[in-house]
Amino acid sequence: MSSFAADNIDVRRRRFLTAAATVVGGVGVAYLAAPFLVSWSPSERAQAAGAPVEVDISKLEPGQLVTVEWRGKPVWVVRRTEKQLEELPTLDDQLRDPYSEVTTQQPPYAQNQDRSLKPEYLVMIGICTHLGCSPTYRPEVAPEDLGASWRGGFFCPCHGSRFDMAGRVYKSVPAPTNMPVPPHNYVTDTRIVVGVDTETA
Amino acid sequence: MANTQGTTGLLGWIDDRFPLTKMWREHMGAYYAPKNFNIWYYFGALSLLVLINQIVTGVWLTMSYKPSAAEAFASVEYIMRDVPWGWLIRYMHSTGASAFFIVVYLHMYRGLLYGSYKGPRELIWIFGCLIYVALMAEAFMGYLLPWGQMSYWGAQVIISLFGAIPGIGEDLTLWIRGDYVVSDATLNRFFALHVIALPIVLLGLVVAHILALHEVGSNNPDGVEIKKKKDENGIPLDGIPFHPYYSVKDLFGFSVFFLFFALVVFFAPEMGGYFLEHANFVPADPLKTPEHIAPVWYFTPFYAILRAVPDKLGGVIAMGGAIVVLFLLPWLDRSPVKSIRYRGYLYKGALAAFTVAFLILGYLGALPPSPGRTLLAQLCSLVYFLFFFLMPIYTKMDTTKAVPERVTYK
Amino acid sequence: MRTLIIALILTMSPGFAVAAGGEGYHLDQANIDPENHASLQRGARLFVNYCMGCHSAQHQRYNRFARDARLTDAQVADNLIFTGAKVGDRMENAMPKADAARWFGAPPPDLTLTARSRGADWLYTYLRTFYRDPTRPLGANNAVFAQVGMPNVLWELQGWQEPVFKTELDAEGNEKQVLEGFEVVEAGSMTPVEFDRAMRDLVNFMSYMAEPVALERKSLGVKVVLFLILMIVVFYLLKKEYWKDVH
Repeated sequence: MSSFAADNIDVRRRRFLTAAATVVGGVGVAYLAAPFLVSWSPSERAQAAGAPVEVDISKLEPGQLVTVEWRGKPVWVVRRTEKQLEELPTLDDQLRDPYSEVTTQQPPYAQNQDRSLKPEYLVMIGICTHLGCSPTYRPEVAPEDLGASWRGGFFCPCHGSRFDMAGRVYKSVPAPTNMPVPPHNYVTDTRIVVGVDTETA
Repeated sequence: MANTQGTTGLLGWIDDRFPLTKMWREHMGAYYAPKNFNIWYYFGALSLLVLINQIVTGVWLTMSYKPSAAEAFASVEYIMRDVPWGWLIRYMHSTGASAFFIVVYLHMYRGLLYGSYKGPRELIWIFGCLIYVALMAEAFMGYLLPWGQMSYWGAQVIISLFGAIPGIGEDLTLWIRGDYVVSDATLNRFFALHVIALPIVLLGLVVAHILALHEVGSNNPDGVEIKKKKDENGIPLDGIPFHPYYSVKDLFGFSVFFLFFALVVFFAPEMGGYFLEHANFVPADPLKTPEHIAPVWYFTPFYAILRAVPDKLGGVIAMGGAIVVLFLLPWLDRSPVKSIRYRGYLYKGALAAFTVAFLILGYLGALPPSPGRTLLAQLCSLVYFLFFFLMPIYTKMDTTKAVPERVTYK
Repeated sequence: MRTLIIALILTMSPGFAVAAGGEGYHLDQANIDPENHASLQRGARLFVNYCMGCHSAQHQRYNRFARDARLTDAQVADNLIFTGAKVGDRMENAMPKADAARWFGAPPPDLTLTARSRGADWLYTYLRTFYRDPTRPLGANNAVFAQVGMPNVLWELQGWQEPVFKTELDAEGNEKQVLEGFEVVEAGSMTPVEFDRAMRDLVNFMSYMAEPVALERKSLGVKVVLFLILMIVVFYLLKKEYWKDVH
C-alpha cells in the first residue's frame, strides 16, 4: 500500500491550477527573458558614438566625394555635376528600380529622380546592398575596365555590382536594391546633418 | 514496435538510441523520495536554481565585461549604466553570489540536522563538500573582477595566505599572481578560471552529487531508510515520485525564493554593504589600502578563525583545517541514529554550541580586530573544532531514542 | 551549555556597541530627495561649476542626466556643458592627471561613484565642514576628512568658518581637544541656510549620479514583487492540490 494515490481527485480543479501555474510561470519566464534579449541592443555608448554627424559641404567641388562616418558606416556626400544630373533619367531602362520604389532604401523626401533633398548633393550610405562591401566611386565615363557603357557611378569590387550616380542599381548585377540614403537634413546651405530627418537640438 | 521503455513513435525512436525516458523515470517520474520532507529540503533544489541564475547572468556579463586592469572597473560601470538592463543582470549576479552561499549553508546545515552524511551517503557528502570548496574558489575569483579596492586588497590578502606555506610559499604566491603584486595578469587568469574552469568543475560535481543521491536515495527528517519497506511493486512504502509531488513543491519553493531575491535585487542590492561592499565602488589602487578590509560575509567565519591564531602559518592551517574537517564528518559521527529527532542532549547541545560559534565567528570576521574580539574568536574557533574532534566521543556516549520503522507524516 | 551561550552573547555585546558607535565628527543627515528634479538640476549646475574644474564624472553621460532629470538635450548642452563635449559624451574634464597630482599631492578622484562609496550623509557633512587651518598647505582642513588635500573651493558661497573645540577627557583621563562645531568668521554670498540647501542639491545630484537607475529599479521592483506574490499563491494552490494524493 503506497503513500500516494491519484484517485478521488478533482480533475477539473487540478487541470485549472496546472493551466494557471503554466500561464503565470510562462509570463514570468517571458518577463525575465526580455531584459536579457533587450540587453543585446545598442548600448548608450554605441548610441552616443552613433549620434548624428555634421558635414561641412562648403568646400566640396563639383564631382567630388567626401566620406564621413556615421554609426561606424561610411556615408558619402557627392556633389554631382550638371552633366551627371542630366544623364540620370536616360539610364532608367537599364536599372532595376529607377523610381526608387523600394521604400526602405531612402526616406520619402529622397524618393525622387536624383534621390536627394537638393539635386546637386547626393547623401548615401556607402555600403553595397549585396553583401556589405563598400563600392568604389568611379565618376569617369567609359573607363577601360568598366566598359564603354559606364556613365559614372559606383562599382563594387567584391562581386561587380554597379550603381549609377544616384546609387540606383543596374539590372543583371548581384545587388538587389538601390544603395540606401540615410536620414539627413540641411542645417544651413552648407551644413548637412546625417542621422536625423529634421534638426531637433 | 515497443522498446524496453514501452514507448513508441518519435519518443520510441529516440529511446532506442538515447535513454531519454529511462533518465526521466530514474530522476523524476519514478524517483521515489520520502514523503516527509520539511522546509529544510528546499535548499538543494534552490542551490541548483541559483547555479543556473549565476551561469545565465554570468554569460551575459561576460558579453560586456573587460578583464583587464585598465578597463575592468569602467566596464562594470558600463554594464550598470550603458548596457540596456545591464544593471539588473549585474545585480542578479551579485545578489545570486550571496544567495548561493545562503542556500548552500542551509543545505549543509540540513545535513547536520538529519545526519544526511552518514552511510550510505558518505560520497554525496564528499561531493557536496567539494562543491562548497569549488564554490568558495569561484566566489573568491569572481570578487576580483570588478577591480574595486575591496576586490584588489581582498585578493592581495587571500593570495598572501599561500605565502605562509614553508619553503615554497613566496614562489607560490608569485606564481598564482603572475606578477609581484595582484595585477592585470592576475585579473585575466582569475577571469578565465571564474568563467570557464570552475563552472565546468562545479557542474561536473553537481551531476556527481545528484547521481550519487539518486543511487542511494534521499535521507529524510526521520533518518529512516525508506527502501527497507517496499510494496509488492518494489516501490518504497513511504516514497512518492519526485514528479509531480516534489516538482510542484519545489516550484512553490522557487517562487518564494524569487520573492526574497527580488526584494534584495530591487530594493537593497548592496544589502547595507554586505553583498556589495562600499569600498568596492572605488577603483583598485595598488598604492593605497582601504582603512578596513573585510571579506564578503560568506567567508567571514573562516576569516575570523584565520585571525584568531596569532601565527601566520598556524592561522592558515586552522582556516584550511576548518574546511577539511567537514570532509571527515561521516566518519566522526558514531551515533547509531541519523536524525536529530532521535539523538540525545549531547549532540543537540554540541550542535547548538557549534551553530552559535559559527555565527559569532561570521560576525567577528566582518569587524576590525580588537583584543576582546580576538579572544572571543579564539573561544569560538575552539568550539568549532571541538564539535568535530570530540564528535566520536559524544555521539557514542549520547543517549538516543528509538527510531520508528516508518517515517512520521502529519 | 545554555549559560555558556548566554556568556558568549554577553561577551559580544560590547563589540556591538563599539561597532555601532564609531569615532570622529558626527555626520549630518543629507535628507535628499531623488525625485525632486529641480534639486537635481540645481545640484548638477553646482557640480559642473564647482567640481568639474578638477574632478571628472567619467561614467555619467550628459544626455542620461537630461533624460532622468526631465531636461531636453539642448537644455543640458546650453546649461551644463562648458567643455565642448557632445550631449552623448561622459562628464570628463580636461585637467591632466599628472599635473593634478603635482598640484594637490594626488589626482582629484573621479566623483561618479563617491556617493556610493562614502554615503550621502558623509558627503553632505564633508562639503559643509571645511574650516580655516593655517597649518595646511592650502589653508583649509575638514571635519570628516582630516588633512584633506582639496582646497575649500566653496568659500565664495559659504564664507570662511573657524573650528570650535571643546576639551574632553579620554579613557585614560588625559585631556584632548574635540571638534565641537564652527563659527563663521567671514560671510559668503549665501546665508548658512541657503548654503545648506545648495549642498543638499549637490549631494542629491551626486547621489543620483552614483546609481542613475536607482529610482527606476525601485518602481520596477514593486511590480515584480506584486507579480511574484500572485505566483506564490498560484503555485501554493497547485502544490496543495497535488499533495492531496499523499497520505
